[in-house]
Amino acid sequence: MTAPIETARPYSRAWLLSEEPASRHQAQLGRAYVIWRRFSGNRLAIAGLVIIVALILIAAMAPLIAPHSPVIGDLAGARLRPPLTEGYVLGTDGQGRDILSRLIVGSRITLAVVALVAIIAAPVGLIVGTVSGYAGGWVDAVLMRVTDIFLAFPKLVLALAFVAALGPGIENAIIAIALTSWPPYARIARAETMTFRRSDFIAAVKLMGASPVRIVLKHVMPLCLSSLIVRVTLDMAGIILTAAGLGFLGLGAQPPMPEWGAMIADGRRFILDQWWVAAMPGFAILIVSLGFNLLGDGLRDALDPKEGGQ
Amino acid sequence: MKGTETTSVRAGYRRARGIMVSVARFLVVLVTTFLGLLAVTFFIGRVVPIDPVLAIVGDRAPSSVVERIREEMGFNLPLWQQFLIYLKQAVTGDFGISVLTTHPVIEDIGRAFPATLELATVGTLIGAGIGIPFGVIAAVWRDSIVDQIVRIIGLFGYSVPIFWLGLLSLLVFYAQLKWAAYPGRLDIAYEYTFVPITGLYLVDAAWTGQWSIFWDAWRHILLPGALLGYFSLAYISRMTRSFMLNELNQEYIIAARAKGLSEARIIWFHALRNAAVPLVTVVALSYAGLLEGSVLTETVFSWPGLGLYITNSLQNADMNAVLGGTIVIGAVFIGINLFSDLLYKTLDPRTRN
Repeated sequence: MTAPIETARPYSRAWLLSEEPASRHQAQLGRAYVIWRRFSGNRLAIAGLVIIVALILIAAMAPLIAPHSPVIGDLAGARLRPPLTEGYVLGTDGQGRDILSRLIVGSRITLAVVALVAIIAAPVGLIVGTVSGYAGGWVDAVLMRVTDIFLAFPKLVLALAFVAALGPGIENAIIAIALTSWPPYARIARAETMTFRRSDFIAAVKLMGASPVRIVLKHVMPLCLSSLIVRVTLDMAGIILTAAGLGFLGLGAQPPMPEWGAMIADGRRFILDQWWVAAMPGFAILIVSLGFNLLGDGLRDALDPKEGGQ
Repeated sequence: MKGTETTSVRAGYRRARGIMVSVARFLVVLVTTFLGLLAVTFFIGRVVPIDPVLAIVGDRAPSSVVERIREEMGFNLPLWQQFLIYLKQAVTGDFGISVLTTHPVIEDIGRAFPATLELATVGTLIGAGIGIPFGVIAAVWRDSIVDQIVRIIGLFGYSVPIFWLGLLSLLVFYAQLKWAAYPGRLDIAYEYTFVPITGLYLVDAAWTGQWSIFWDAWRHILLPGALLGYFSLAYISRMTRSFMLNELNQEYIIAARAKGLSEARIIWFHALRNAAVPLVTVVALSYAGLLEGSVLTETVFSWPGLGLYITNSLQNADMNAVLGGTIVIGAVFIGINLFSDLLYKTLDPRTRN
């Protein structure tokens, strides 16, 4: 008893959920609407989304909302103040710097690390995977062997060795993490490509004379994107944890940059008496990682309901 | 009669050929993966640094020394020849001399490895011992309180920085509650009197009947072991739950119920036995993961294993030691990975073709 398509008002619910969309625009919006309805029905996923949006907002406005300087502290007057003391909600560290301000400004580093790793690693995985899946044969065998080799490496240890050779620093940490995180993306893109490389629409484009490069770029890659985005989102937490681990070992961001992992390392000396110096950055890492995990789980369930709930 | 004989002979040939093909395929995978590991470490050690000799002798060395070392280490040869020499050295366990300890790297690793092995083993035992029953119960009673707990443990485990949790656990269980001993493997009183045999202190102390040392070693390993165990538990319980859910939906479970078997028997004998095949792989992978995860844990707990060795060498720009440690951890990691793959194929008849 659904309303006839002609009478459904554009952009109404019935129009979006129509079984017979009249235009590509309507079909795309309808699909997005269905995914959003599935996603927004999941309370934990919404919580994840809220955390990540908040992180982005905080990072964007960091200099405006940070109450104190993240780098220069009140060394004489406010060293190692406990949380909730006047003016310092989360306390101060060994150099009298406001921990809250450092966390707020540090959110920019965290966000930059995940964004840059994703921007470097995802396209590499996408290209390797789609080319491998579409070409097949020897190209596929060689590329997948290389992927499997990288997949078999211990990620953190390899990233450590890379940074040791390149020298400590946030840029090198990003490169090292990106170098070790592309293989799963290649596997996913390849698996997706394999499912439709023999399908009719690819054959049709081929008949129209499209080159393999054009087919891969215009027709194969867009279809791999949704599962890739889910996987990248799920990996974000891991990337944050690896970056924090490198920072903790003194190989990531260098002082006085307020990187969260390095802040924990800085607070390690005070752990027994002034626990908050090391504890607060850890909470920040935990909350943001949790946010990415919840968001990723929610996206996966919304985009691919058959795997949900497992 | 004759016809059936030829077919069975033919089938025998086919099976022998199949086995040989899979053995050959496994060897190719094994060799290329290890070659890949060595190629990457070679690249890191020789190609990435602007001048690897300077990385070894430091920038204060006179130019004659630099030139001599360059010649001795073969840095004037073309890269592919250098790589061949590097391969030969790595295969024979020659990773050079550690600048920091002045010992050959392989000796240092031999001393540090048992500590890491002991820690990762305790962690895996805790993880599998608690994680598997939890996962089974979570799958049987979906959405029950146990299921929720497993979900939360998993979510938290995938989101928390391990070194931070380690620091907090030191604060709570060592400083406040005094349940655990301070960082390190043994109290200082025992450190110089105890002569290890295998390097696994728990095993050594129990073997020689030194129970006070056993107790002390136990108190020291408890916290880092439990910490690694938690991460192993998060992974294993989640996977067990998903495997069990898969098995419980199979038709043989309905058949077993129709036969009137007790629910406990169905769950713990029929379903778990079938879920055990992929579970073995998961436990092996978690074990390999803990070897790697021990890098940060050992740093927090001053545990003198491979992880601490690597991070200490990193702080002192001791590249030989870093790369040696990387190769050993990488090799063990890859070895366990491939072994679990092989085990899965042997245990599950469906993967044989």
